[in-house]
Amino acid sequence: MSTLVLAIFIPFLAAAIIPFLYKYIKNIHVGWFVILVPTGLFIYLASLIPDISGGEAIVQTINWIPSYGINITAYLDGLSLTLALLISGVGALVILYSIYYLSLKEPIGTFYTYLMLFMGAMLGVVMSDNMLVLYVFWELTSISSFLLIAFWYQRKRSREGAKKSLIITVSGGISMLVGFIMIGAMANTWSIREVIAEVASISDHALFIPALLLVLLGAFTKSAQFPFHIWLPDAMEAPTPVSAYLHSATMVKAGIYLVARFTPVFGGEAVWFWAVTGVGIFTLFWGSFNAVRQTDLKALLAYSTISQLGMIMSMFGMGSAALHLGYSDESMVYTGATFAALFHLVNHSTFKGALFMVVGVVDHSVGTRDIRRLGGLITLMPITFTIATIGSMSMAGLPPFNGFLSKEMFFISTLDITEASFFGLGTWGIIIPIVAWIASVFTFVYSTVFVVKTFLGPYKEEKLEHPAHEPKPGMLISPIVLGLLVIIFFFVPNVIGKNLITPAMSGIFPTFAAEGADLGTDIYAWHGFEPELFMTIGVVLFGALLFFSRKYWSGIYNLFPEKRSINVFYGFVLDQMEDKSTVITNKYMTRYLRDYMVYIFAFFILVVGGTFIYTEAYQFTLPENATISVFEWLIVLSMMATGITILFAQSRLTAIVLNSILGFGIAILFVLLRAPDLALTQTVIEAVTTVLFLVAYYFLPELEKENTSKKTKSINLFISIGVGVVFTAVALGVQGNRGFDTISGFFENSYELAGGNNMVNAILGDFRAFDTMLEVVVLLIAGIGIYTMIRVKAKKESDQIEDK
Amino acid sequence: MKINNIILRTVAKLVFFIILTLAVYLFFAGHNSPGGGFSGGLVLASALVLLFIVYDIETIQKGLPIDFKLVAAFGAFLSVGTGFGALVFGANFLTQAFDYFDIPFFGEIELTTVTIFEAGVALAVVGVVVTILLSISEDE
Repeated sequence: MSTLVLAIFIPFLAAAIIPFLYKYIKNIHVGWFVILVPTGLFIYLASLIPDISGGEAIVQTINWIPSYGINITAYLDGLSLTLALLISGVGALVILYSIYYLSLKEPIGTFYTYLMLFMGAMLGVVMSDNMLVLYVFWELTSISSFLLIAFWYQRKRSREGAKKSLIITVSGGISMLVGFIMIGAMANTWSIREVIAEVASISDHALFIPALLLVLLGAFTKSAQFPFHIWLPDAMEAPTPVSAYLHSATMVKAGIYLVARFTPVFGGEAVWFWAVTGVGIFTLFWGSFNAVRQTDLKALLAYSTISQLGMIMSMFGMGSAALHLGYSDESMVYTGATFAALFHLVNHSTFKGALFMVVGVVDHSVGTRDIRRLGGLITLMPITFTIATIGSMSMAGLPPFNGFLSKEMFFISTLDITEASFFGLGTWGIIIPIVAWIASVFTFVYSTVFVVKTFLGPYKEEKLEHPAHEPKPGMLISPIVLGLLVIIFFFVPNVIGKNLITPAMSGIFPTFAAEGADLGTDIYAWHGFEPELFMTIGVVLFGALLFFSRKYWSGIYNLFPEKRSINVFYGFVLDQMEDKSTVITNKYMTRYLRDYMVYIFAFFILVVGGTFIYTEAYQFTLPENATISVFEWLIVLSMMATGITILFAQSRLTAIVLNSILGFGIAILFVLLRAPDLALTQTVIEAVTTVLFLVAYYFLPELEKENTSKKTKSINLFISIGVGVVFTAVALGVQGNRGFDTISGFFENSYELAGGNNMVNAILGDFRAFDTMLEVVVLLIAGIGIYTMIRVKAKKESDQIEDK
Repeated sequence: MKINNIILRTVAKLVFFIILTLAVYLFFAGHNSPGGGFSGGLVLASALVLLFIVYDIETIQKGLPIDFKLVAAFGAFLSVGTGFGALVFGANFLTQAFDYFDIPFFGEIELTTVTIFEAGVALAVVGVVVTILLSISEDE
């Protein structure tokens, strides 16, 4: 049984069922049904922990397109399991939270459908071994994120935020696809495991570095790394459960997952090291630096997420240095960074998820998230305050919370890397711990701002929409659970370390694991008086200093005014592209059907006729063809006469009838040439289309004589003769030219292979059923399209809903 | 002016069932001789088109209260569904199965999943053709 593959598709199934539940069960919040899915998945995945932590990996395959090597292979190792547990676990908590956050008045049916789509796609990303399947799921997460950000689509900012995130993440995704195709071409496989096994043979390939950069581009856009981070703050227009789930705990970690997954392929390259570490460490700084200036709590958390993602990213970069040296005692030191990265990945999901939920609670309670209006909530919302403090202090890297452990490990890694002598680290390496430390100071500052500005100071009820109060207890369950995890992880970190992260490590360093290296690290809260402890103490001291002297140095932000930001540049490029492409499009889209027909036919003449001449396929011999009987002559001649008569038809009705004569003539030819299937279909088609023409005819104006210039007429003549000549030449040329061996022999066995004597239908329904299936779908889409174009008219009021 | 088309109406009533029978025949014959889901569906659609032309649309819709958009959607669902059905039995997507069964009175009969697939094609064709026809003709 392929239970693992099934696990990926269960959320998709749920997404299909939710609309019906929502429609027919009115008085129960749909969320209560939806929550069963992630809970069930979490329990199932958790039951696999013993197998995985023993070093096993589970592989299950369902064939999709085996002839191209594209199959849905679910691959579960420590790394995938860690992320899959996060996706299902945080997912369950977020849904529980959203049940209280979103009232029944909202279109929650759509909300949970999108959320389930996302969950399935995200599980697909972390469990797929096939690169192309991974890509499909990857883009699906972008699309579901787009839908969720635009959940309140009546707001202009929601729509713009959704569009921005889609444009940036999908462009990154496409470049990643190109990277994947390059890897596939080099290694001759789509399987990541096989690529890793063959990495020695592809690392000297000319495409290796381009592939590396393209894959990284995909990872950086998805994980909001500088300068692509601009979409994440705008994505905060989404409902808070979405921000907590997609834009801090799971989806933005997809890029980090990708970097981790491809470390065994690209790690050890200097380009990879510097790109991942450099971009990561700068994003860490830039995010934390900008978070301090934010006045919206969610924007603050968005920048803090960017910063934390940069930190995790940089640790994966530093860890990849180990692969450069190969397995030795010296290189084992660097793997500590990767271990810390994985540990912080888990920690970040817990504390940031809790913080986002806290912001949602505050917003829900008092109706604003602006820190200039908030303050003094500590006495009115004590539980919320406690969770916020736990989350913030963990984020700032203070004990006794899990963030302290991973932050210390991060400092150790930055110090270790300065001792390396390769990649130019001897000269430049010292920058890494310095930037990391400065960024951590800012992290401390914004963490303090978050708590102090919201919960301490004077309570200003006149500035709030509603008086502050604790929310319904249900809304606090999820943040409390996450807050407790923050503390629990501090006291028993090695439970995760041993069971999840160590097996994940052997997936990232397979060559080391093969040599029997112990990739696990014991996590201690107390290291003794080591440099990293002094760094933390320094962070607290300088952070406190900066916090209290905020108004003296905040002028520094004037150096980075809004009008010179990347955001403005992005908007400028987009506007320019729209303007320029409108100009170009308007040049050839003339709104005359006649012109469009000219394009189509001219293209036909040039491309088909050109190919014909280029390949010299125009040679043919008439004598070999069968003789033409009298009947055939009669039919063809009458069809010719009909065709010419159409040109002189005075009314549309005549033209339609004449046109149908042509069609029926073809049907008779099919009969004479012994193609009963085609004849049958052609006859019925002709009858139905004639009726459709007649129905449409009712709405058309009288046929009028057109006054066309000589020039237009001669162009028309040239094109019509050209099309006729090319078509005749192709029809004749087909006889004598065979570019490939015939495959019709295969279909002659249709009775044995498909159980049917009708070869045509066996092809349609069995051998090439995929084509038929898609044609049916296309037919349906066309039908719905015509129906909506004609029958569904936009209502007048809809204009006003836009641009709110 | 009211057109007197009593002959057409009388003939149409009779011919409708002949065409319908032909459609069903073509649908099942398609496996071994000319016909199949697509042409069967088209013939069925043309029978309905005949009714719509001879009588007015309201009369027919009263007699046949079917939403043809749903018919089309159900057809597409059947076709795609048989594809996924194969997955349930562990075969590749869209694998069609067939076997021969001995059924009393009828003798040996071949049953195949292609029939379901083709039924989807036929329904989609009928649904889409009638939907298009009705949308255009009911436009104001």
